[in-house]
Amino acid sequence: MPRFHGQSNHAPVDIVNQLQKQYVDYLSSLFHEGVLDDQFTQLQKLQDESNPDFTVEVATLFFVDSDKLINNMAAALERSPVDFKQVDADVHQLKGSSSSIGAMRVKNLCITFRSFCETQNYEGCLICLQQVKNECAVLKDKLQNLFRMEQQIVGAGGSVPLMD
Amino acid sequence: MASNGLVSPRRRSSDQFDGSDPSPCGSEEVHVLAVDDSLVDRKVIERLLKITSCKVTAVDSGLRALRYLGLDEEKTAGDFNGLKVDMIITDYCMPGMTGYELLKKIKESSALREIPVVIMSSENVLARIDRCMEEGAEDFIVKPVKLSDVKRLRDFMTRDVGDGTSSDGGGTTHKRKLRESFHESPPSSTVSCASSSAPAASTTRSRSPSPSPSPSVSSSKPVTATTDFDFMGFFSIRGKSNNGRHVEDSDQHLNCLKEETVA
Repeated sequence: MPRFHGQSNHAPVDIVNQLQKQYVDYLSSLFHEGVLDDQFTQLQKLQDESNPDFTVEVATLFFVDSDKLINNMAAALERSPVDFKQVDADVHQLKGSSSSIGAMRVKNLCITFRSFCETQNYEGCLICLQQVKNECAVLKDKLQNLFRMEQQIVGAGGSVPLMD
Repeated sequence: MASNGLVSPRRRSSDQFDGSDPSPCGSEEVHVLAVDDSLVDRKVIERLLKITSCKVTAVDSGLRALRYLGLDEEKTAGDFNGLKVDMIITDYCMPGMTGYELLKKIKESSALREIPVVIMSSENVLARIDRCMEEGAEDFIVKPVKLSDVKRLRDFMTRDVGDGTSSDGGGTTHKRKLRESFHESPPSSTVSCASSSAPAASTTRSRSPSPSPSPSVSSSKPVTATTDFDFMGFFSIRGKSNNGRHVEDSDQHLNCLKEETVA
């Protein structure tokens, strides 16, 4: 179902179809691997001609936010004594925003992270911090791939398929 | 008063909103004040509300919400800052004033108590939900917020705004029905909106891709994660010092986290 009006320079139909299929396969794999959950689809549904970059914008805000929160957590964990409540508050925030964009793996890591904060487990917190950083980096990379593929489809005159 | 009450859209099959539905009440647009300290959540709730034909004002704290409503320490009753507010939707867990505290302040104010207040929370805690409903909240949404949640609120708002009667008997009916439907169905997720001051440097998709995007990946060093982030040249926020959060937030604990967290 067309969601965007593409350029007038249409590529051959099979190229558009191929790009669309690759896109669907890639996005499906992200769901399948648990990187993304249904909330991501919810956000994609909010995109239209008047807000064609909504998902990219939300994702960008997420990464700005998560970078800041991760920095805060790292700094808090370096202080002596460690303020676990502060770390927990930041993890809570990250859990919230990751949940809002459908970043399921990040969100689940935050849940684990919070339990280490509650038990004031310093090593556990350090491990979680590293995992959260890694997972955010992976997510950023995958979303860039995804958005690039969307751009290619639209550039070729096609429309981006919406997962149901 | 329309007695169709609130048939929860959670029982309906589709969440799709095609955007071409005419405004149900046909008169003025519903104006919603959204309160959330999270930049991501503000952007999302703002979009959700706009897509359901609401006017939105998004603020990042309870204090700012009260100021917007004309109710702060220096005054007792409202000078409305701008548009009349038809509904307030607020996050529960915020630094400084929680959503619950904001709810109480609104319900204690003779000028503002009739405004329906909806609470959003990532925590599905029964004690918290009950406390909010007892304090007069219209509804409680578990985050992440979905389009169906906002549509349901919109339906409620439209009936309330459209029928023009005062909120005594009819308002109670609405409140009861919202609460009934709430208790009967599993809570759905909530949505958060971006700040209305979020930068709007987005480009359209039809532009040709910029050469070699340079993603900034957080380094493994503890304190040097980058903040300049260029998402494929589409949309760039560089070096923003205060991303919609209060600067003092990083030192504030979230009061709501001290509560019981197990339902």
